[in-house]
Amino acid sequence: MSQTEEFVLRMKGISKEYYGTKVLKGIDLEIRPGEVHGIVGENGAGKSTLMNILFGMTVIHSTGGYQGEIEIAGAKADIKSPFDAMKLGIGMVHQEFMLIPGYTITENIKLNRETTKDNPVSRVFGPKLKTLDMASMGRDARKALDHLEMGIDEWARVAGLPVGHMQFIEIAREIDKSNIKLLVFDEPTAVLAESEADNLLAAVRKLSASGIAILFITHRLHEIMAVCDGITVLRDGSLVAHKRREETTIEELARLMVGRSIGDMIRNPAKSLPDRNALEIRNLRVQMPGEAAKGVDLDVKDGEILGIGGLAGQGKIGIANGILGLYPAEGEVRFHGEPLPLNSTREALKRGLAFLSEDRRGVGLLLDMSVEMNIAATAVEIQGKFLRRFGPFSQIDGKAVRAHALETIKALDIRCTGPLQPVRRLSGGNQQKVCIAKALVLGPRLLFVSEPTRGIDIGAKRLVLETLVDLKERLGMTIVITSSELAELRSVCDRIAIVHDGRIAGILNPDDDDAEFGLMMAGDYGKR
Amino acid sequence: MSHDANPHGTAGTKGAVRRFFTNNLVTLVFLFIGIAGLRVSGLALPFFIVDIVDRVARNGFLVLALIIPVLAGLGLNFAIVLGAMAGQATIIFMTHWGIGGIWGILLCMAISFPIALALGVLTGRLLNKARGKEMITTLILGFFANGIYQLVFLILVGTLIPMKNETLVLSSGVGIRTTIDLTDGLKFGLDDLLRIPLPLFAILCGAAVLGSFPVRSVLRKRALAAREKTPLRDGVLALTGLFLAGWGIKNLVVESMYSFIRVPAGTFLVLGALCLFILFFTRTKLGQDMRTVGQDRHVAEVSGIDTDRIRITAMVMSTVLAAWGQIIFLQNLGTFSTYGSHEQVGMFAIAALLIGGASVAKATIGQAVVGLFLFHTMFIVSPLAGRALFGDAQLGEYFRSFVAYGIIGLSLALHSWKKHMQQKQGAGG
Ligand SMILES: Nc1ncnc2c1ncn2[C@@H]1O[C@H](COP(=O)(O)OP(=O)(O)OP(=O)(O)O)[C@@H](O)[C@H]1O
Ligand SMILES: [Mg+2]
Repeated sequence: MSQTEEFVLRMKGISKEYYGTKVLKGIDLEIRPGEVHGIVGENGAGKSTLMNILFGMTVIHSTGGYQGEIEIAGAKADIKSPFDAMKLGIGMVHQEFMLIPGYTITENIKLNRETTKDNPVSRVFGPKLKTLDMASMGRDARKALDHLEMGIDEWARVAGLPVGHMQFIEIAREIDKSNIKLLVFDEPTAVLAESEADNLLAAVRKLSASGIAILFITHRLHEIMAVCDGITVLRDGSLVAHKRREETTIEELARLMVGRSIGDMIRNPAKSLPDRNALEIRNLRVQMPGEAAKGVDLDVKDGEILGIGGLAGQGKIGIANGILGLYPAEGEVRFHGEPLPLNSTREALKRGLAFLSEDRRGVGLLLDMSVEMNIAATAVEIQGKFLRRFGPFSQIDGKAVRAHALETIKALDIRCTGPLQPVRRLSGGNQQKVCIAKALVLGPRLLFVSEPTRGIDIGAKRLVLETLVDLKERLGMTIVITSSELAELRSVCDRIAIVHDGRIAGILNPDDDDAEFGLMMAGDYGKR
Repeated sequence: MSHDANPHGTAGTKGAVRRFFTNNLVTLVFLFIGIAGLRVSGLALPFFIVDIVDRVARNGFLVLALIIPVLAGLGLNFAIVLGAMAGQATIIFMTHWGIGGIWGILLCMAISFPIALALGVLTGRLLNKARGKEMITTLILGFFANGIYQLVFLILVGTLIPMKNETLVLSSGVGIRTTIDLTDGLKFGLDDLLRIPLPLFAILCGAAVLGSFPVRSVLRKRALAAREKTPLRDGVLALTGLFLAGWGIKNLVVESMYSFIRVPAGTFLVLGALCLFILFFTRTKLGQDMRTVGQDRHVAEVSGIDTDRIRITAMVMSTVLAAWGQIIFLQNLGTFSTYGSHEQVGMFAIAALLIGGASVAKATIGQAVVGLFLFHTMFIVSPLAGRALFGDAQLGEYFRSFVAYGIIGLSLALHSWKKHMQQKQGAGG
């Protein structure tokens, strides 16, 4: 008995079938108190499914349950609902946000764990009628946020916050739980900028030092190497390997995940740029909470890939969101010489701009519709693409849609059973790929992409970046990439603009010195 | 982007005014129609006031009872018809036993409680199986329950259920008469508990409205949750309060015909108590759970809330409140049609809420109160306005039944248009 009690969690021979497809095949997993255990695998490998089983999610039980055994602290556990999981001391930060936009940050952090106090009614009718003690809830929320070094107002509403903040709110919620023994993080850093991610990793270390066991899923392998003690590698639903951190390398992990070795990061063949400007931005101010642009001046050359980098909260995300009309903006923007009306998404799309937002969940995948229709929908609506016309009538050209979908599925390696599979049944990373496909199909003259490789595994990441370079080379498309991963920007961009305090601090070449980038991001460039 | 009101709308006063108009579009449209109708109908103001105060007292409880299921995401549903039947059934028995007055009312409420509770549990269970289709499911459920109700009171009474009562039972000895007179019984049981002159009532209302400001600021400081500023709404509210108080004082000092109008203050006290209860309830753990379930059922479930149970609780509460609401409604009316009175209850309450600016997903006390006044204004003036416009009394009556359905249709249409507009402003990509 004492031998098994060493483990907080043991999963033995876990298997799961979704609609006849085996997505997990006999997975074993063990984790000790205070251990940080990484789980890696390609998009669709089954990481989230395994965690959903552990957390008793309804999707699992409404699709026939699972096989195998789960032991918590040495005792066999039968986890049928998230409620059961919580009682056992399991917490989870899900891959999708579990936040209520209409609530304040405090209400979200204390969701279903509200502090209450007695009142005359509750003394008679029971604890369910106790009054919420908002003041003390606020204090708890403040404490959890401070723990993560989040300065944000705990009484702000969640709706409209930048995605990075939302992620930290979810983490703050788990930190605030007192009985937690095992904490699951399903790609918590996917929506974070590097500096934010560092914060998070520090928090993970602190938590594990206090004896909490942590399961950590990420596609950024260097994070795995930074915090994990043990690592489990999954491929296509099978267990490939258990490794200790000391005995492995990033390269080996990548190879184990994909089943083959991955080449180096691609490079953008440098070319002399024309002097024509595709986009001229003057004094752009964007009211995006937490990512405000405060007077951006920037020229984008025709046919280039321009990177926009910078630390989180400095306003790099605000620029594209403002130009595309998702947040209120003021200033002057010219697109190929013509003034672009601000605050109108439709107008921007019509003139040949397209945007892949960093907030993939918000911009409307129709979860119950098929992969192919999701890819085609915006193009049909805005551009009348894929339509066959019969005089005044038009009909969606199913063949064209199908052909295009098949092509994209291959190009971006979207792992699905076919173009007809509902998007809801794809893994998180594969849903992201559908988002990318949706923006690309518009064939825009200028494409804004924010965080193009967010939540995507290293193999697919290469594919996505290659696709972007290819679009530029083949179609002469102008592309503006906003990313918090500097390495990614440096591998594909012609020029990189760094944003600091809501303004452009300067423009660098991809092969400029690391130190230059560092200084510029910190706002110290030229102050030497 | 979020789908509720654009959180980062245009800045400045112009933006605030515009937002006020888009957000209150439905209400403003009907306010305009109501005022226009009042002018066209040529109705004298005192008559109108007597009528409207009476109707608000009568219907208020039923409309307020709908707020809780909306809170829990059950939508605007017709299940209150079931509650209304429970209330009505007990009234029939009460009348049979000859118990009247305030004690009759209290006993009525006590007896209807377990019946409504059972019906609420059943409805809640059913709705848990018909997610997202609440409005239509309950509508059909209402028809079905109506069939059972008719079976009991039209056929079983006098055959299986022995009942000897000449005023209640049809001359054949089987079935309850189609109209039941509550005079000498429950009529005014609650209303007559306390009646005060209209001007005094206006002063009290004005004081309550104005008094709500300091109370709210205290609550807000403690809750800190709702820190959005609503200067326009606050302004309108303050003016209304001042006007009510001022008008009341003027009419109290200078004796006018208004002083002879006596308002059923007891009933309004009950309404006030219900409002306070709802306010209190939304600040409790159970209330918060209901809101969470209503906002996002999946998130609620993942955070460990037993969503099915919460929804059933919400259903039970609204059914019980509806039963009591119907009792209050009928004691004021004094007579009712055995097989008809409950039928329109759901329709009217929903129409009133919608017109006040509530939607399928959100309803507040303020919206219920505004909606009550507006809806019943429409109700009072529409036949008169119809007659004045078309010179035909019969046509006026058609007008009235047309109004209720029209309002539901029109306000649902306006709501979806509003949502569409907000989405167009907000979404994209
Ligand atoms: N609700 C569902 N219904 C049917 N199939 C599903 C469902 N959810 C996931 N799957 C399938 O299960 C497999 C594993 O998905 P899972 O979400 O566990 O992947 P993952 O490893 O978390 O990937 P990612 O890195 O993209 O998040 C995939 O093939 C996916 O299509
Ligand atoms: Mg996943």
